[in-house]
Formats: sequence, structure tokens, C-alpha cells
Amino acid sequence: MENFTPVSGLIGGMLIGLSAVMLMLFNGRIAGISGIASGLLARPSSDTAWRAAFVIGVLAAPALYGIATGPVDIALAGGPALLAVAGFIVGLGSSLGSGCTSGHGVCGLARLSPRSLVATAVFMTTAFATVFIARHLLGA
Amino acid sequence: MTSSPTSTSRTNVAAVGTALAAGLVFGLGLTISGMINPAKVLGFLDLFGAWDPTLAFVMGGAVLVTLPGFRLLRRRGAPVFSQMFRFPTRSDIDPRLVGGSALFGVGWGLAGFCPGPALAALGAGIGGAALSGSGVTAVAVFVAAMLAGLAVPRLLPTGGPRTTSPAPTRQDG
Repeated sequence: MENFTPVSGLIGGMLIGLSAVMLMLFNGRIAGISGIASGLLARPSSDTAWRAAFVIGVLAAPALYGIATGPVDIALAGGPALLAVAGFIVGLGSSLGSGCTSGHGVCGLARLSPRSLVATAVFMTTAFATVFIARHLLGA
Repeated sequence: MTSSPTSTSRTNVAAVGTALAAGLVFGLGLTISGMINPAKVLGFLDLFGAWDPTLAFVMGGAVLVTLPGFRLLRRRGAPVFSQMFRFPTRSDIDPRLVGGSALFGVGWGLAGFCPGPALAALGAGIGGAALSGSGVTAVAVFVAAMLAGLAVPRLLPTGGPRTTSPAPTRQDG
């Protein structure tokens, strides 16, 4: 547990929650990243502008934060081939499953949605299993 | 809607501005929490390694705000710059939800990236502060593949992410 950072985790998490409450308060929308990003891939509609604005914010904040405070730690788990495969699976899975860690995990759990509770339990389980197999059985 | 065209377009501009602000807060939260770093996420997902419980504190911190936040909002009746709160209404558990979530977890476990952090890491990389050139490219590869994966269900004959009529409640997340 040498890398355990509960305070910054809690503060960052509360900001994520605040963002979700802001988007619902002002725009009436759930802050689910996969849903918002996948909406941007659909035909342009009256929702395109706010979705694009939200995604631009998600991209811009870490860029500005890095410029203000210095390099942020980002250690990738593998090379481009692994990331391409994983990225495709993440996109496909969250699209089929109607959400990811933000929509189901944060917003859905807060609504005590049965769909989100199941989705979160399922993706947590397969993620734990995947890491166990990759790291401890295959030794990657 | 009795508002004039001018006030409607002002409302639209305001709604885009608030979405941008919410996105900035979201990206900041991902950065401060460390979730922008796949190694940190994988540290949580690796129960039998040097386990790092931080991700649980991030999720907990977020729900600590959204749970009372959403409850207060429901009492309010309507959002500031939109006509209605679009809380998802579906409650059925179908194979698509379970299978899709299972698949998502596998991809998440492989890379340590889920959609929000991947976009945030790409932003950090573009900002030049966090990653080497090849690193930015690798994150861009993940994001491009993720967008392709997100688009695939829309191309299937069964239709894309299920649109529940009549209101566009769409996705949960």
C-alpha cells in the first residue's frame, strides 16, 4: 500500500461528484463519459454542443493542471497494440453495457439504480479477474 | 416554451458554458485523484499485489457528493438551463447490460484506462506536461480504439445504445 493516497483520492472524487451534480443541476444530464462520448459519434443534434463542451473540459483541465503544477504521473500499462485492443473492448463494452465507471459507477450508484449496481459489480469483478490473470497467472 | 428566440439561444450558450465548467471540474477531479494514471487504477484492481485502495476513496468521495446532490436536485423540479432532469428510467437487467459491463471490465483491467481517465490523460499529454511524445501517441491509440468500440453497437442491425422512447433517456452513463 505504498502508493495509497486517500486524501487526494477523496478530494478528487468529490470534485468528480460535484461535476456530476453541476451537469444535472444546469443541464439536466447524467455525467457518464462513455454516453457523452458515444453521443458525439452520432448524427449532430441539439445535444452535440454541450457534449463537446464537456469533453473539451475533461481534456483541458489536466492539460492546464500540468502546465500550472508540473508533470502529472501517467504510467501506461503496455504498448500501443495492447492499448488498441483494450481501448476497443472498453468502448464496445461500455456502449453495450450503457455506461462505465462514471455513469454506472458514480451517478448510477448515487441513484441506487439496480442496473448500475449490477453493472458496477460485474465490471469490477471482471476487472479484478483480468488483472489477476494478467499479473499473477501470466506474469505480465 | 414561451421564451423568445433570443432568450432560448442565450440559454443554449449558458448550457454549453456550464457543460464546459462541469467537464473542467471532472477532469480536475480525475487528475487530483490520480485516476488519470493507469498504474494507480491497476494498483487498485490488483487485489493480490501491492494493493492501493485509493480508487475506492475516489468512488466513495464522488458518491458522497452525488447521493445527497441528486436527492436535493429532484426536489428542485427542473434544471437551470434545460427543461427537465434526464435521470435514466430503466431498471431491467438484460444480457446486454451484463455482457457489456463484463467486457468493459476486461478492457479496463488490461489497460487501467476507462473512458474519462483516458480522455483526461490524452488532454494532459496534449498539454505537454505529463507524457513523452510516444506516450501521447499510445494514449491517442487507446482513445481512437475506444471511440471505434463505442461506435460499433450503433452499426449493428439491432440498433445502437437502446433509445427508450419517447424522451431521449438513452444511456445510463
